[in-house]
Amino acid sequence: MVNEWLPVFIFMIIMSVVVFVILAGTAFIGPKRPNPVKLSPYECGVEPVGEPRTRFSIKFYMIAMLFIIFDLEVIFFYPWAVVFKRFLSGSSFILIEMLIFVGILLVGYVYAWKKGALEWQ
Amino acid sequence: MVTVLLYLFGILAILSALGMVFHRNPVYSALFLVVTFFSLASIYALLGAQFLSIIQVMVYAGAIMVLFVFVIMLLNLRKEVRLPIGKPAQVIFGVIFGLLLFVEGLLIIKSGSISGTLGRYPQAKVNVIGNVEALGNLLFTKYLFPFELASIILLVGMIGAIILGRKKMPKEL
Repeated sequence: MVNEWLPVFIFMIIMSVVVFVILAGTAFIGPKRPNPVKLSPYECGVEPVGEPRTRFSIKFYMIAMLFIIFDLEVIFFYPWAVVFKRFLSGSSFILIEMLIFVGILLVGYVYAWKKGALEWQ
Repeated sequence: MVTVLLYLFGILAILSALGMVFHRNPVYSALFLVVTFFSLASIYALLGAQFLSIIQVMVYAGAIMVLFVFVIMLLNLRKEVRLPIGKPAQVIFGVIFGLLLFVEGLLIIKSGSISGTLGRYPQAKVNVIGNVEALGNLLFTKYLFPFELASIILLVGMIGAIILGRKKMPKEL
């Protein structure tokens, strides 16, 4: 069973090594000649006051919530897509099942659209 | 090989979970949580639960973490300030219930496997046809009604999020 996952693990290991090498490479090899002007946030302009971390608008959160709900919808598509072809040879009922599922969620999508949740004033 | 990897990811999960709890910067805590989710996904994969593993990465490491990061930014958390530990009664109850939970976990592990009657998809069959297919077979036949109900639950969640989000919005512009 490990053999099936071996490519995934090899991929993950190579990925981590590449990330580490790139980050370490830029940190160690790259030239560093700092001077006060270079390190200031704005070379010309007003000195920054206060903290850069401010409160974000709730709009970001709305988009994130909608994203999660549609993400969960996609999760159901995955086993559906796997068994789809075999089920379809019997009857097209599986297609209707998914159409009902998507149809119900489409109501929510239309609602979000009409309520302006997707708009960015 | 499997055992070694299981221990490796188990240790990684525990270490990153500890890092998540003890780190003072909430954004770093969130990133530690991503590592925990990924190591849990690897453990699921090693145990043969491919679907669960993919869901873990897609939903938890993907969507839920986005939500967590947004919450951190919404609340405008700074570096955490250590508050003095609460009243002695709180500490005593915390320790007692923590120990109880630990003992319960130990008992479950000691009792061995979970017993029960086998359904249409015992482990041997699932190993042959694969996790996702076994789930699909049942979800779109026997558990069709719960599957359709899930869409209604998602719809309710969506509408609730929109209503709550709209109400809080100030009348701007």
